[in-house]
Amino acid sequence: MFELPEALLLARIQFAFTVSFHFLFPAITIGLASYLAVLEGLWLKTGREDYMNLYRYWIKIFALVFAMGVVSGIVMSYQFGTNWAVFSDKAGPIIGPLMAYEVLTAFFLEAGFLGVMLFGMNRVGKGLHFTATLMVALGTFVSAFWILSVNSWMQTPAGHAMNADGQFISAGSWLAIIFNASLPYRLAHTLSAAYLTTAFLVGAVGAWHLLKDRANPRARLMFSMAMWMATIVAPLQIVLGDLHGLNTLEHQPVKVMAMEGHYQSHPDGAPLILFGIPNSAENRVDYAVQIPKASSLILKHDLDAPLAGLDTVPVADRPPVGIVFWAFRIMVGLGFLMAGLGALSLYARVRGKLYEWRWLHRFALAMGPSGLVAVLAGWITTEVGRQPWTIQGLLRTAESASPLAAPAVAASLLAFVLVYFAVFGAGVLYILKLMAKPPVVHESAPPNIPVRSAGTTPAVALRPDTLATE
Amino acid sequence: MNIDLTVIWALIIFVAVFIYVVLDGFDLGIGILFRSFEVGHDRDTAMNSIAPVWDGNETWLVMGGGGLLAAFPLAYGLIFSALYAPIIAMLLALVFRGVAFEFRWRDPAHRGFWDLAFTGGSLLAALSQGVVLGALLQGVAISDRAYAGGWWDWLTPFSLITGVSVAIAYALLGATWLVMKAEGNLQRQARALAWWLGGATLAAIVGVSIATLFLSADYFQNWLHWPNILWVAPVPILVALASVAFVRSLRAGHELAPFLLTLGVFLLCFIGLGISVFPYVIPGAVTIWAAATDRSSQVFMLWGTGLVLPMILAYTGWSYWVFRGKVGAHGYHA
Repeated sequence: MFELPEALLLARIQFAFTVSFHFLFPAITIGLASYLAVLEGLWLKTGREDYMNLYRYWIKIFALVFAMGVVSGIVMSYQFGTNWAVFSDKAGPIIGPLMAYEVLTAFFLEAGFLGVMLFGMNRVGKGLHFTATLMVALGTFVSAFWILSVNSWMQTPAGHAMNADGQFISAGSWLAIIFNASLPYRLAHTLSAAYLTTAFLVGAVGAWHLLKDRANPRARLMFSMAMWMATIVAPLQIVLGDLHGLNTLEHQPVKVMAMEGHYQSHPDGAPLILFGIPNSAENRVDYAVQIPKASSLILKHDLDAPLAGLDTVPVADRPPVGIVFWAFRIMVGLGFLMAGLGALSLYARVRGKLYEWRWLHRFALAMGPSGLVAVLAGWITTEVGRQPWTIQGLLRTAESASPLAAPAVAASLLAFVLVYFAVFGAGVLYILKLMAKPPVVHESAPPNIPVRSAGTTPAVALRPDTLATE
Repeated sequence: MNIDLTVIWALIIFVAVFIYVVLDGFDLGIGILFRSFEVGHDRDTAMNSIAPVWDGNETWLVMGGGGLLAAFPLAYGLIFSALYAPIIAMLLALVFRGVAFEFRWRDPAHRGFWDLAFTGGSLLAALSQGVVLGALLQGVAISDRAYAGGWWDWLTPFSLITGVSVAIAYALLGATWLVMKAEGNLQRQARALAWWLGGATLAAIVGVSIATLFLSADYFQNWLHWPNILWVAPVPILVALASVAFVRSLRAGHELAPFLLTLGVFLLCFIGLGISVFPYVIPGAVTIWAAATDRSSQVFMLWGTGLVLPMILAYTGWSYWVFRGKVGAHGYHA
């Protein structure tokens, strides 16, 4: 038998691994469901067939991503119990109802209408089918709301009391719990991130096919739509991120100290450390490249505003600085690159070169996974930055875990790693294969074409006529 | 208000788990039987018959787990940490079978592999769920709000028997579902499977029921002591009647009745379980009142459940209605 801390570390790695893998899928489906709804809506409104062609193109990918999101999500809903039994017991009366609402108002909605969305095109009318698409999109949104409410409560707990068994319970107002201080910022920032993630994936696929065939009208259409998102939402996301950061400074200042690499307090204006290597043993950032007083300017909007550092925080209450510091920089760096691509595309669009400028397409292609990387970096920043707490200031991570033996956790962690890389690796491969095919004109016009020609049902894969077009 | 919300919540979770068991039961059952179907038309038909609904079916599993966390947080943590290995095995098995729905069409070169993953995942998930049931029935060691047993406590001859029993019963649900949804060769094969799976399920029910009675004095007491026996006797009697009706309906070539009768038997078994276990959530150790969440949480969730659950049932029913009738190999569009 090993010592408990090791089991704790393994359990943390396991949760980080399974939740990171999981979140990649909803990060795509949240945005993609809305994109599909927009495409179908535009098709119904304008009758332009290429909207429907793009709908069919992307719904194949959506189906794959959604299935992986479902199965990796079921793991999450049980992992609180298997590995974090004490946390579940203590926080259950607060977070349990919020997650139950997520299941009731979101998961069932998505699952209930997904079948019709994928397979029901000629079983129900156009209007009902569009309704099904909208319901699935709404479900992804509602799901994000509830689970982010849970996470935000763990970051900025409010409206709670404690009972005799040491459980957190509602102090009376559930609204105070649900709409805790960080929810609005986290929700806006995360949803916007999901939309950007999808936009850059769609943009990269469009760019790839433009590089191969500049004339493909469907590749042009998806590239143009994606670049509009990049132009408008990427700068907006930087603003939302800034607001979220200011909210974090107010409620979780220690996290911001780690993000900024501020080991020392700065009574008369803190520097903005652009790069450097955090050295927690010596409480300093080695090789720091910094702009004097700029951090105070950003965080307090005043060059000389004092900012407290980690020297004001007991060592036992400090998060691991290096991870937070770097994850934050990766996220921010990608955010600015995204806004840069958005600006370039606007310039190209104005000059009438949106579909001609090959370097723009190459840039967009390279930025394809940027949303996914940024989203993970953002979550690592906020989750690791909350350490050593599971519920900020109230319950420590070390006091949250199940009384598991290290071998049990190690074995399950190994199993998760092997299965996830094998299964989801195959899934990513299949998605890339779909993305590599150019979006084409389908032979018959909707609504006679069932969505099965999208390939989500078997018949198609075996029918030579559809194979020829794909 | 004098209504005991804890009992209401126990009922809600009980019903959610029951709905999960019968819904995912038939699609896990089809997974278990999948590799016995002929490659090509029959396998495609079998999978298409559940493709639009499996995701919704599995959502009830999240509802059961999430509901348990919400309504009985102590039990949620205890059960899943105590039954760590079978729960993790179930989750991983569900990963394999869930992605197989999509992957097998995406990769014809490896379709055989994903078919195997579909069957293997379905079988392992069913076995794990049965083992979890058996391990709960035989009792879980608990001290001071934490699991206090060993990591292999769940593994006993009894839990293995319940594991196999659940897998058999799921396979029966799958077979009778296909009797209802399929035609031709596949339907004939499903009917033949339903014959012996029906017999095996009945044997499993009898075996597990008798073994359960001798697991603990509570179970024995709840069933066989006067006057309890008067109240509970209808359950085994109805199981016997349903079994007779099942045989007759199969013999008469009915398509819908075998599935409905199997559902009926599942319901009776569930009621039987409830009789054995009530008022415990972890038999012999934690009652529903000891595990219950705060009253404010119960009330808050009851609002949501009361408002939303009827809508869920309505649109889920609608979705099944959209995909009603026989399914062809070309999906529901043929």
